[in-house]
Amino acid sequence: MTGFPLKIVTPDGLLFDGMAEQVTVRTITGDLGVLAGHINCVVPLGMGRATIVVDGKKRYAACIGGMLSVLNGSVSLVPTTFEWADKIDAERAERAEKKAREILAAKNLSNLELRLAEARLKRALVRKGVAYMDRK
Amino acid sequence: MAGVSTKEIKSRIRSLESTKQITKAMEMVASSKLRRAQMQIAGSRPYFEILYSTIQDIACSNQDFASPYLAPDTAQSKKTAFVVIAGDRGMAGGYNSNIIKLCQAEMQGKDAVILPIGKKACDYFKSRNAEFFSDYYVDASDVSVGNCFSLAKNLCRAYLAGEFDEIRVIYTEFVSVLSQAPRCKKLLPLSVGDDAASGTSDILYEPGCKEVFDAIIPEYIGGVIYGALCESRTSEHAARRMAMDSATQNATEMIDGLNLKYNQARQAAITQEITEIVAGS
Repeated sequence: MTGFPLKIVTPDGLLFDGMAEQVTVRTITGDLGVLAGHINCVVPLGMGRATIVVDGKKRYAACIGGMLSVLNGSVSLVPTTFEWADKIDAERAERAEKKAREILAAKNLSNLELRLAEARLKRALVRKGVAYMDRK
Repeated sequence: MAGVSTKEIKSRIRSLESTKQITKAMEMVASSKLRRAQMQIAGSRPYFEILYSTIQDIACSNQDFASPYLAPDTAQSKKTAFVVIAGDRGMAGGYNSNIIKLCQAEMQGKDAVILPIGKKACDYFKSRNAEFFSDYYVDASDVSVGNCFSLAKNLCRAYLAGEFDEIRVIYTEFVSVLSQAPRCKKLLPLSVGDDAASGTSDILYEPGCKEVFDAIIPEYIGGVIYGALCESRTSEHAARRMAMDSATQNATEMIDGLNLKYNQARQAAITQEITEIVAGS
């Protein structure tokens, strides 16, 4: 399969720089797959699993926020957080999920607290899902 | 009398030596932290560059949508939100006072709401009874990437709700290990470029220009604030290292001077004693 240059940069640094064959990410409107020869585009990302195919092997990652841009054949993935499945601390994600659920179970939350807890829960679920995906 | 003064000098030398040890240790701590912070800056720079150039591309090449985030250069703001990034502790030369000086200059005659990051900034504005947006981010060293992004989201929401119509960030730019400069950067509204439509608009924006723009802006603001925070932290370590370096040097000089005085006094005392013995016999 033809590859294309892929760069993954987050505020913590450069996580991947090399050739990839396929990238699938969750955007704000749904999943988007990118193959070589994609049209130039800019897409904001949502929260979800990213699948990256390198040398025929699939690698999974939790990818949250940011954007994906394709310019003249080279792809830049610029997420807010990006964690390879094998680097995710599943126990921590589970603890975060539990805590978020506890907060959500309580009544009389302020609007802000509610949104923060929901976002935390979503992130934890994404991380957990990706981590267990990799273990299978 | 001579005996008393040698004792005094001795105790001063001892206290100076312990001060010197402390400043020396602080210098070493600061320089190791500085090295780590510099590496962090280098690692995160590509992220900001890509984010920034994308925003610029969209803002410049598309004039067919209106966004509250965009405004012409000439627009006057009524109320400005200032994100002020300073340090948590002193002992860093002019680092904190330079930031506060710039704040005073920038806020002159403006209706301002403050979001301080760092204890020193927080204390200063508290004593001035300034209007706070939030004082949740008091510890500059504890603020993480995630904090920056949630902060940016809150700022954007308040901006869209019309609580203020301009956002500026005041931070210290890390020019080099020897020089750091306080800066004031305008985050919102983005100014529309006049040299628009330079032919780069063959890019597909999914689901639409405006949606992409509105989704990326809070990310962008968060990214810029995080970048400014990294720069400021690095500057703080550099400034502290410099200040502690010169403090150590000063202490060494003073100890040398005092040692000279001490030896003179000691010799004077011995001479006097001999004279007394000779005179007495």
